[in-house]
Amino acid sequence: MNHQRRTVLKGVGSAAAVGVAVAAGLLKPTVAFAGDRTAFEAKGKDAVMNALKAGGAAESKDITVKAPDIAENGAVVPVEVTSNVAGTDSIAIIAEKNAFPMVGEFHLSNGAQGFIATRIKLANTSQVRAVVKAGGKVYTAAKEVKVTIGGCGG
Amino acid sequence: MAEPMKIRATLAGDVADIKVLMNHIMETGTRKDAKTGQLVPAHHINSITATLGGKTVLDAEIGGAVSKNPYLGFKVKGAKAGDKVTVNWVDNKGDKNSADATVA
Repeated sequence: MNHQRRTVLKGVGSAAAVGVAVAAGLLKPTVAFAGDRTAFEAKGKDAVMNALKAGGAAESKDITVKAPDIAENGAVVPVEVTSNVAGTDSIAIIAEKNAFPMVGEFHLSNGAQGFIATRIKLANTSQVRAVVKAGGKVYTAAKEVKVTIGGCGG
Repeated sequence: MAEPMKIRATLAGDVADIKVLMNHIMETGTRKDAKTGQLVPAHHINSITATLGGKTVLDAEIGGAVSKNPYLGFKVKGAKAGDKVTVNWVDNKGDKNSADATVA
């Protein structure tokens, strides 16, 4: 897991210092560098899709993105994703017009069904896109949400 | 940051419908403080894991685009009454929280 990675990078400020910390045995390299949050730092929908290795995702009618047509408050937009794709391994949610579009990726296992409900922030009127990975293949679907007051920054 | 987390797990047939409400500020790091004009540093949950009956059912990576005090709902097949649900989160400052509930 990568829980310490950002803290380490920000707090310590340089890769060299992290190297020193690793050398000193303070951090195991796997802890410091495992995990991949590049998708969260990617700007623009296409960059996020590439970071998720979902560049060639096929549109699928088996995925439903349930969200309001118009969200008055972009800071709290309820979103539900249901995937009827057999063997759904993970569901990612992308708010295409946000400065950092990646919202989250949810890995499902041991009987967890293809369903995720959460609340997200939308900066602007945007497509809310779900990316589903199942059996090594990638599927996607999206729904537009109109936002009257944005929820990111300002 | 260890404010309580609410979990409700209800059983419909053999599917557990699990709803989690976490307490977290979820700062994106892109918002400016209205008074100082300075960027408010990012402070958000990075990862969430959930187990049911000791098995991992959900392993999520999230960012600051999830709303303040995150809500998360998911469903797990093959559950039975009395199974224990445990949810853990860790944020980008290393704070963590854990809570559990029983499927009813």
